[in-house]
Amino acid sequence: MSQGTLIASAPPAVAPRGGLRRLARRNSTIAFLLTLPLILLILGLVVYPFLYALYLSTLNKRMTRFIGLENFTFLFTRETFWNVVFQSVLFAVSAVVLKALIGFILAHVLHALPSKGQRKWRGMLLVPWVVPPAISTLAWWWLFDPSYSAFNWALMGIGVDPVPWLGQSGWARFSVILVNVWYGSPFFMIMYLAALKSVPDQLYEAAAIDGATGWQKLRHVTFPMMRNIISITVLFSLIVTFANFDIVRILTNGGPQDTTHVFATYAFQVGIQSGDIPLGASVSLFMFPLLAVFAIFTLRGVNKRSKEMA
Amino acid sequence: MEGNGYPRRTVLRAAALGAAASTLPLVNVHGQSSGGRLALGLWDHWVPAGNDAMRKIVTEWGQKNRVEIQLDFITSVGNKNLLTIAAESQARQGHDMLSFPTWEVHAKQDLLEPVDDIMGRLSQKYGALNPIVEYLAKVEGKWRAVPAISGSQNKPALGRIDLLKQHGGLDIQAMYPANTTTGTGAKEWTWDAFLKAAEGCHKAGFPFGLAVGQFTDATDWIGSMFRSFGAELVNSKGDITAKTDNVRAALEYAKKLCAFIPSDVFSWDDASNNRALISGKSALIFNPPSAWAVAKRDAPQVAEHCWTFPSPAGSAGRFTPYLPYFWGIWSFSRNKGAAKALVEYLSEREQAEAMVAASNGYDIPPFTSMTDFKTWETEGPPTGVVYNYPVKPHHQAQQFIACYPAPPEIAVQMYNQGIQAKMIARVVQNNETPDRAIAWAEREMEGFKRG
Repeated sequence: MSQGTLIASAPPAVAPRGGLRRLARRNSTIAFLLTLPLILLILGLVVYPFLYALYLSTLNKRMTRFIGLENFTFLFTRETFWNVVFQSVLFAVSAVVLKALIGFILAHVLHALPSKGQRKWRGMLLVPWVVPPAISTLAWWWLFDPSYSAFNWALMGIGVDPVPWLGQSGWARFSVILVNVWYGSPFFMIMYLAALKSVPDQLYEAAAIDGATGWQKLRHVTFPMMRNIISITVLFSLIVTFANFDIVRILTNGGPQDTTHVFATYAFQVGIQSGDIPLGASVSLFMFPLLAVFAIFTLRGVNKRSKEMA
Repeated sequence: MEGNGYPRRTVLRAAALGAAASTLPLVNVHGQSSGGRLALGLWDHWVPAGNDAMRKIVTEWGQKNRVEIQLDFITSVGNKNLLTIAAESQARQGHDMLSFPTWEVHAKQDLLEPVDDIMGRLSQKYGALNPIVEYLAKVEGKWRAVPAISGSQNKPALGRIDLLKQHGGLDIQAMYPANTTTGTGAKEWTWDAFLKAAEGCHKAGFPFGLAVGQFTDATDWIGSMFRSFGAELVNSKGDITAKTDNVRAALEYAKKLCAFIPSDVFSWDDASNNRALISGKSALIFNPPSAWAVAKRDAPQVAEHCWTFPSPAGSAGRFTPYLPYFWGIWSFSRNKGAAKALVEYLSEREQAEAMVAASNGYDIPPFTSMTDFKTWETEGPPTGVVYNYPVKPHHQAQQFIACYPAPPEIAVQMYNQGIQAKMIARVVQNNETPDRAIAWAEREMEGFKRG
C-alpha cells in the first residue's frame, strides 16, 4: 500500500521537472529565450512609443481632450504639410534609387577586384557608413557653408560662379539627397557584395558555355539571384531614409521656405519647437501607412520567390 | 527549507533589516539638510564663466539655507532644453525648477507653479519690468515663471566703427556714446539710414550680415523691423491682420535691403552672422555681445573696432530684439518653497550684477532699474563696447519679441516657423508680389489658430 502510494504520488513530482527539461530542450524555446532581449527592446523602444504616438495624435494641442482623427484631417488642409509629403517622397525615393544604383556598381567593381586589393577598397568605401551621420553631416555643412564653402572656393578657382548649395530650393534639395546617398551607398555596396559572393560560379560557367554575354549574365544570372537581397535592402533603406532627421536638420533646418523638410524634421518643428506635440505625433505617424504598404508588397514578393526557390 | 541552511525567521529578519537600512540614506539627507533637496536644470551658458558664477551663487545659497542642491546645466544646442521640458512635463517628474526658453512658459502653463508672490516682491523692490516678459510669462493674470537673468539677451546692432564710418556714413560711437546721452545722427538713425549704410558697405565689399533663414537671429531682427514699420500679422485678439499697407511696406523695404546683403542669407543659421563679423567680412550684424567676445579672443583686430548700438527706428518706433529666459517651478515639484526662495534670491540685484559681470555683459535682467551695472561701462576693448547693449531710457527704444502681440500660442508657431522671414524669401527669391506673400502667410497663420 505504501509502495503503491509512493508510485502513485511520484509522477507529479517528476513530471514538471521532466516537462521543463523537455521544454528547455525544444529549439523553439531556446530561440525564444535568445530573442527575448531583442523582443523586450522592440517592445520598449518601438511598440510602446508607436502606441503612445498613436494616443498622442488623438489629443488636442493642450493634450487635454480626445479629438479623434482631427489632427490628421487638419494636416490634410495644410499647404506646407503637402510640401513636406512631396519632399519626403522625393528625398527618400531618389536617395534610395541612387544608393541602390551606386551600391550595385561598386559591389560589382569590388567583386571583380583581386581579393588582396578588395579588402583595402572595401574598408575605405565603408568609411562614410561607419562615421556617425551627425558628424559627417557637419563636415558636409562646412563644404556647403553659405559664405565659406570649400566647393565654391574650388569652383571659383576654375572661374565658375559660386553655387547657393543650401540657399535655393533646388540646390538645397540636391544637397540633402547627395549627403544621404554618400552616407547610405556603402550599406548597399556591402549587402550586394555579400549577395554576389553567394552566387555559385557554376551558373556563370553554364551561362558562358551557352554563349551568354556579360549583360546577359548580369540580367539572367546575377540579377535573379540578387532579387531578394535587393528588395530587402531597398525596403530597409527606404524606411530609414523616410525617417531621416539629422541630415536635413543639420544642413538646412527644413529651409529655404520649408522646401527640404521631411516628416521627422517637420514633426520636430511642429511638435517640440512650436509646442504642439499631438500634431507633431500625427506628422510622424503619417509615414507609417506609406511604409507599411510598401513593406507588405516587398515582403510578399520576397516570400514568394523564396518559396519558388525552395 | 532543507538544503539551503537558512531558517524562515532568519530570512525574514534579514529582509526587515535590509528594508530598514535602505531608508537610511534618505534619513541622512534630511538630517544634513533641513531645507530638503532641490533639483535644478539651468541653461548651459554660452559664456563658460557664466556656469561657474551660477554654480557659486546657487551653492552658497544652498549651504546657507541647508538645502541639498542638484544642479544640471542643460544646453539649448540641439534643443536639448526643449526636449527636457517636454519629457519632464509628460513624466510629471524630474527637476524642481527649470530654465524655460522664451515661449515655453505659455506652453506649459498648466504645470507651472504660480509665482505672483515673488513677482510682487521683486516689482516692489526693483520697479517696472519690460512688457515683453509680462506677455510671455503672465497667463490669465498670474505669473507662471520669473524672468531670468541668465540667458536673457538683447540683439541690438553690433557694428564695425571703422567700416560704418568709412563706407556707411555713420559715426556710431558719436551717435551712441558710452554714456547716457545720444549724439549727432542718433535721431536720424532710421531704417532708411540703415538701407543707405547697407548699400555703401555692400559696394565696399563689407555687406551687413543679416540672416533671413529660419533660425532665431533671423526671426528676431526681422520681427523688430516689421514692428517698427507697424506691420502686425496677427493682433492681440488672434485676428489675422496681415493685409495692410504697413506689411506691404515692410516687405518692399526688405526686398530693397536684400539687394545689399549676401545672396546666401536665406540659408544662414545663428552662427553665420557671427562668423561674418568675426572674419572681418561684414560691417554690421544684429546680435548679443557673444560675437564681439569671440572676436576679442580670435580676432582682436576686429573686436577693437566693434560697437553695440540700438536698432534703427521706423514710423512706429524703435524696437530692439529681445529673447528672455524664465525660471519656472513645476507644480509637481516636491520642494516648491525652497525653489521659490532660490528663484527670488537669484533675481536680486546683487546676484544679477554678479551674473552680468561673469557673462561679460551678455545677460539682461528684466528690470529697467538693473540696466546700470558697471560691467556694461567697463567691458572692452574698445571700452564701452557693450554700454548700449541693454535698452536704456535715452535710446527711446523698446525691447521686442517677434510676432508680439499675437496670442502666444499662435505667436510661438509664427516665430518658430519663421513666417516673416519666409514672406521675405518669397518676395526676394520667388519674385512674388507682397500681396501674394501676404496671402500665403494668411493661409499659414489660419492653421496656427487651431486650439
